[in-house]
Amino acid sequence: MFQKLGFKLTVAVGVIALVTISVFAWFNSRSVDRSLLAEVERHANQLSETVKSSTEYDMLLNQRERIHETIKRMGNQSSIQRIRIMNKAGAVIYSSDTTEIGKLVDKKAESCYMCHSVGQPLQRLEMKDRTRVFRVLPDAPRTLGIINPIYNTRSCSQAACHAHPRSQVILGVLDVTLPLAVVDEDIRRGQVEVIIFAIVAILALSLIIGLLVTRWVAMPVRALVAATRHVAGGDLNYVIPETRDDELGMLARSFNNMTHKLSEARLQLFQSDKLASLGRLAAGVAHEINNPLTGVLTYSSFLLKRTKDQPEVQEDLKVIVRETIRCREIVKSLLDFARQSVPKKNPADINEIIGHAALVVENQLALNHVRLVKELGADVPALTVDANQMQQVFINLFVNATDAIGPDAGGGTITVTTSRLTLSPVGITQIKKAQCPKRHSLMNSEVRIDGKPSIRIKVQSNGNEGFIYRDPIYGKTRHQFGIAPEVTKVTKVTCPECATSLLVDGAVCPDCGSPVFAFEVPPKGMVEGCTSRDCTWQRWPDVDQSGARDFVEMRIRDTGGGIAPEELPRIFEPFYTTKGQKGTGLGLAVIWGIIDNHDGTIVVESALGEGTTFVIRIPVSA
Amino acid sequence: MRPLRDILVIDDEEVITQAVVRVCGAEGLTVDVADSATAATARLEHWTYRLIICDVMMADVDGFQFLADVARRRIRTPVIMSTGMSTVENAVKALSAGAIDFIPKPFTADELLTAVTRGLRYAAVQDMALAASVTEPPALLAWVPCPAKYYRLGFASWVLLEGTGTVLIGVTDLFLKTIEQVQGITLGVVGEEVVQGSSCGTIASADGLEHGVLCPVSGRIVQVNRGVAAAPAVMERDPYFEGWLYQVLPSELEYDLQHLSSCSSDRM
Repeated sequence: MFQKLGFKLTVAVGVIALVTISVFAWFNSRSVDRSLLAEVERHANQLSETVKSSTEYDMLLNQRERIHETIKRMGNQSSIQRIRIMNKAGAVIYSSDTTEIGKLVDKKAESCYMCHSVGQPLQRLEMKDRTRVFRVLPDAPRTLGIINPIYNTRSCSQAACHAHPRSQVILGVLDVTLPLAVVDEDIRRGQVEVIIFAIVAILALSLIIGLLVTRWVAMPVRALVAATRHVAGGDLNYVIPETRDDELGMLARSFNNMTHKLSEARLQLFQSDKLASLGRLAAGVAHEINNPLTGVLTYSSFLLKRTKDQPEVQEDLKVIVRETIRCREIVKSLLDFARQSVPKKNPADINEIIGHAALVVENQLALNHVRLVKELGADVPALTVDANQMQQVFINLFVNATDAIGPDAGGGTITVTTSRLTLSPVGITQIKKAQCPKRHSLMNSEVRIDGKPSIRIKVQSNGNEGFIYRDPIYGKTRHQFGIAPEVTKVTKVTCPECATSLLVDGAVCPDCGSPVFAFEVPPKGMVEGCTSRDCTWQRWPDVDQSGARDFVEMRIRDTGGGIAPEELPRIFEPFYTTKGQKGTGLGLAVIWGIIDNHDGTIVVESALGEGTTFVIRIPVSA
Repeated sequence: MRPLRDILVIDDEEVITQAVVRVCGAEGLTVDVADSATAATARLEHWTYRLIICDVMMADVDGFQFLADVARRRIRTPVIMSTGMSTVENAVKALSAGAIDFIPKPFTADELLTAVTRGLRYAAVQDMALAASVTEPPALLAWVPCPAKYYRLGFASWVLLEGTGTVLIGVTDLFLKTIEQVQGITLGVVGEEVVQGSSCGTIASADGLEHGVLCPVSGRIVQVNRGVAAAPAVMERDPYFEGWLYQVLPSELEYDLQHLSSCSSDRM
């Protein structure tokens, strides 16, 4: 907790705020203190002048009683503590505190030492020097005193009553003291307020900084840390949501980019690793098998040469020689597959190839009571194929089908059909790559449609939000809806990752008028679709314009146990086997490689208990 | 002079050596067996052979080392290489290392006999040439070597760079001499891929054997010599000019050339 960046930042900001606010509060409180005192001082001075001028006339007339009365009355006000007048000798003549009258004040007393502190008493004093703040007792409230010297004037020295000598400059001192209790209370309250403000401000600032740091720094950093853990754990498909544009957002993007690149590299490495082991295996197999095979082939072909006069042996020997040569070609093609070489293609009749393949597996089928039904189309055009490789494809599929039917089922049927097929690319072309304008992949492997990864887009409609999983086969509409968008009510179609809009500005579906969205299928341009649930309109100019092609379709259907849905996506992977020790896991991988080398496609349709159908389509070359 | 025998077969697999003994023995040839290159070297001390058939992958000394050893010891017996690792790379490597032929395992009796027959004739033609060079002036050239600007794969096929990106390929006179009587020729078609070291056509001889023509370069056939296909005699009469087989657009000429020998070095 104390090591966390957010905590450290919060504490640092708190300390800085504490220092700043404390200094500010100290200066502020001092300045308030001063201005309040100055105010009181001015007030005291005014008061003192008022007392002086309101008693001056009485003094000239020597009306002592009146002066006593005036001072007493004024001094009785609550805001005034005491008013007194002392003569030059220091005797109190008038005072609001009558007990004091007649007493002598020590020159060292706080009201006197301003002038009397230096040997010869000062005669003129600035106002600030005439005021003093003191405490009567150490724990008593403060008091402000102001003295006001009473100067000798002509009217004083010429007065009839008690003429002061002319030489005398100062006749006495008017001393007014005011209690500072109220002011002190104000100052204290102000200080308390400042302290409370400082504490609240520091706490609020720390809290806000803490929250912002958590939101802007700690959370994304935590997400990054979590992502690195996922990646370290081997999950290279883990993606951090890229919702921000700051440095951490950039970091997240480059992190995602890195894992993406890593996962591509790993896939390639994995694939090449598999191919490398396949190559080593093939090389080993080639060497080990080819030696004994040489024995079989040499002796059988030699025997074939020497028994030309024995037709009954000749036929059998021919089969041995032919099939041994096929073994040789299989081993060679295994080597070729590992080295990704080009097939030796020649125009060939696929029906004939199937016939040859059927002959080879005849015995094996009979042993398992499996019937092979051939429904071969008469109008199937010749294909430019490697006949050996294609024969291998059929033999492997027949053997697989026989294994799927199994020896305990008491027999079964394999049906192989061939037909000519003219296909528009619409309805068969699979979208394998789809991306938003910011190049996030829209492909989703979790929701599969017919076993193929779907295309996921995010849709907002009538305030609802959800995903639509689009059918990856262009022209088919087996979409899955996580939301039911109504016609023309869809407001937003976005990339689930970056929320970039996929809607095409101003475009509407020509069939129903709903908004149109689009995504890119690199490198084959844009695919457009309608946002309405009930509309099937789609457009993909690249495919729409490529025209129809002729294919030969071969279907190999068995009555075996079928393949579990979770195994379906993996069956073409090298070394993936469901046959345990019996299989190498190479058969379907080799088949896939062969068909792919012929620009063809092979797909599997299967359900547990309902048998399996392999559908191969190879284009008829122009 | 050491006693002369026909064939020495070297292989660590007994089934192979026995098959060769059986097939060639039936043709009246004398066949000796060695189960290693060391044993073969020992045999060569005491006997002279007309032809050696040697496996590439053997435990102690491999086929290529043996081939080098034979050349160092100036043994003139032609060597045919064979291996279960029947990749074109191995075939090309064997031919450029001095073997006169390459038979991929597993082979049929006929394939073996074809190679052996050619090998024995090759030896005979070499002997004739040697004899001709001894008699002054040479009465008759045993065979016509390929022209100076040509390249050859082993002694069997040649290639001429046309300077236009394409190459012409054909078979050498020596190869035709080892076949003797050409009866017919089967060629590939335009557009077909050919691979260096693998067969790109077959020549049938009067004795009923089929001789594969090992392609000297990899690429795609752009033209087939119809004249030769119609009348194989053209090839025998003029193997280096009129008798070309294919015009080929090579795919990896730079790489292929590393395994070819320049015919100009043959004349020094």
